[in-house]
Amino acid sequence: MNKIVSKEYFSENVVKFEVEAPLIAKSRKAGHFVIVKVGLKGERVPFTIADSDIKKGTITLVVQKIGLSSTKLCALEVGDFITDMVGPLGKATHIENFGTVVCACGGVGTAPMLPIAAALKAAGNKVITVLAARTKDLIILEEQMKEHCDEVIVMTDDGSYGNKGLVTNGVESVINREKVDLCVTIGPAIMMKFVSQLTKKYEVHTLASLNTIMVDGTGMCGACRVSVGGKTKFVCVDGPEFDAHQVDFDEMLMRLNGYKDIERDEMKKLEIINNK
Amino acid sequence: MNLTEERAKEWRAGLRNAMKAKERTAIPRVHMPELDPEYRSHTRTEEVNLGLTPEMAMQEAKRCLDCANPTCMEGCPVNIYIPKFIKNIERGEFLEAAKTLKDTSALPAVCGRVCPQEKQCEAQCIHLKMGKESVAIGHLERFAADYERESGKISVPEVATPNNIKIAVVGSGPAGLAFAGDMAKLGYEVVVYEALHEIGGVLKYGIPEFRLPNEIVDVEIQNLQMMGVHFITNCVVGKTISIKDLEDDGYKGIFVASGAGLPRFMNIKGENLVGIMSSNEYLTRVNLMDAANPVSDTPVYKGKKVAVIGGGNTAMDSVRTARRLGAERAMIVYRRSEEEMPARLEEVKHAKEEGIEFWTLHNPIEYIGNEQGRVTHMLLQVMALGEPDESGRRSPVEIPGKTEMLEVDEVIVSVGVSPNPIIPQSVKGLEVSKWGTVVVDLETMQSAVPVIFAGGDIVRGGATVILAMGDGRRAAKSMNEWIQSTESRV
Repeated sequence: MNKIVSKEYFSENVVKFEVEAPLIAKSRKAGHFVIVKVGLKGERVPFTIADSDIKKGTITLVVQKIGLSSTKLCALEVGDFITDMVGPLGKATHIENFGTVVCACGGVGTAPMLPIAAALKAAGNKVITVLAARTKDLIILEEQMKEHCDEVIVMTDDGSYGNKGLVTNGVESVINREKVDLCVTIGPAIMMKFVSQLTKKYEVHTLASLNTIMVDGTGMCGACRVSVGGKTKFVCVDGPEFDAHQVDFDEMLMRLNGYKDIERDEMKKLEIINNK
Repeated sequence: MNLTEERAKEWRAGLRNAMKAKERTAIPRVHMPELDPEYRSHTRTEEVNLGLTPEMAMQEAKRCLDCANPTCMEGCPVNIYIPKFIKNIERGEFLEAAKTLKDTSALPAVCGRVCPQEKQCEAQCIHLKMGKESVAIGHLERFAADYERESGKISVPEVATPNNIKIAVVGSGPAGLAFAGDMAKLGYEVVVYEALHEIGGVLKYGIPEFRLPNEIVDVEIQNLQMMGVHFITNCVVGKTISIKDLEDDGYKGIFVASGAGLPRFMNIKGENLVGIMSSNEYLTRVNLMDAANPVSDTPVYKGKKVAVIGGGNTAMDSVRTARRLGAERAMIVYRRSEEEMPARLEEVKHAKEEGIEFWTLHNPIEYIGNEQGRVTHMLLQVMALGEPDESGRRSPVEIPGKTEMLEVDEVIVSVGVSPNPIIPQSVKGLEVSKWGTVVVDLETMQSAVPVIFAGGDIVRGGATVILAMGDGRRAAKSMNEWIQSTESRV
């Protein structure tokens, strides 16, 4: 049982939580994730850790309402308890001074990118973040990101804020203007696929942090498997970060959609709960 | 008291003399009452084996000759005092029988259900040498444990005066529980760390309720709690806290029983299609997450044409689960013949009764999917049996050019597991084999790092509940000796 100590809405569907988890706060590093389960019959779902406060003994999660489990989580208030939380899981991001790093993030992917950008900056890198979303309201953590980056480039699909265009336009503009040693990308699978295609063209080494379906999160079930360089890898123990140019994103997208039909049925449970 | 003295006790001698050995051996072996196959293949959690009645158990107990040299005990990895508990059943002292079981086994109700007795205690029974069926030791064990639980008079094993020495256990599966029970009896302060949100390891996530109901596991866990064992869930040793954290915290010994981790796949074309998963994933969804229950948030496929790849107990558990979730065709696909199957005979028999199809001497070589990436067909290579391999089993060889296409909408891959990599990766100085298992002295279960002992699947790769429990018991005995000898040196 982990107590929620603060809750903040970034937008209607995106919520930031600070959750009591002293042991996880102490041991987690940038890139790690936790598995969260809400309710006795809840589902185990992975969320990448956005931040932690060792003194307060808390970790920060940024959650977007997408399916049944994330919606249930977002319905929790300050003082409520998350039924089960375990972590930190996965391999931490490998941090060193690479030179110039572009962090390409979209939507809630910005949250887990924040500690990675901060760690890269602390290691001496020049860090340029491309922060992208569909529209202005969905741009999150811009100020916090600015604190840790040499430059933050904002992109919106509709041009309502920052530059008009996709995350890839932002990344390409940086590559065209200076030498980039590494690109890190976190966001929806489709977005990471296009970032990867772009950086491959320019031969910029790229890491993608994958968020696949998981059950146990400790290497036991294999639900999270992806093909990397033609080999099957488990995101939970071999990842979550992989060489993006080796990841079979089409297969990953196909697997992510695997439970869509069941998910739609599951969402009906929420309607039943809400109607009561 | 030693075995000879126990056996010489008046009541035992009296029972032995009450009936001639010939009369005992003439009694036919009891049959375990079972749920009707058609009914049970549609009920998800109801246990297949119903258990013996007291009359049946007492009658079966009479078959035991109370041998002077009970070879059955040598076949038991935890050395249960078999004749003593059986003779207690014969004389109607069922609670005494249960107590005898608990002297050496932390989980008798579990072992009575899932142990491969036919390969262990029962394989050593004197009756077999006389061409008769062995005493149904497993059924009797289950009877005594169930009787005690249902009586509400559960005895808590005696615990020595606390010695205030802290011991940590990593993993709450059979090895960890057996170890914890023995250490608690010796007076140690035992804390068990579990990565999942439920205690029990494979007993909860792996073995289905129709073979081992969760509430039975829970009662055995409560029993350990009454003995003073503490459990901490949602804590991954090697991630949440390190082995070093435990040592700094004052733990004097650490028993690693973190179990089987990574499921193996076959690395064939199309294996990552939607609808193909490991038996670990499938069983975890259904057993641990209760996914087939409408109130659970976890989804699970309910395939109509389900193929399970493999011939072990996990494969049988998976295919029988699929049948219960509504599969019209639930199929075992196995590359060898039925004779080589590692699954227990009882599981194979039960599966067949439930309408499971057996595609033996077939091996998948490719999966084919539709536009959504969902598996629709599998291509099978037809096999024949060749010469025996290292395991002594006749090895399967391909019949060139002979293949078959099978329509499927769900495939469960159950071809084994590799050990959980988290501890081996996170502890310096630990010796790890090329298979990823932790290397220990198999007599003492001590690893290359003296404070760390290990047992169960993390050492064996893939074994049975009872072998894991045997490891736990041996580790407890030798860790106690090791701690006592180091303490006395200080």
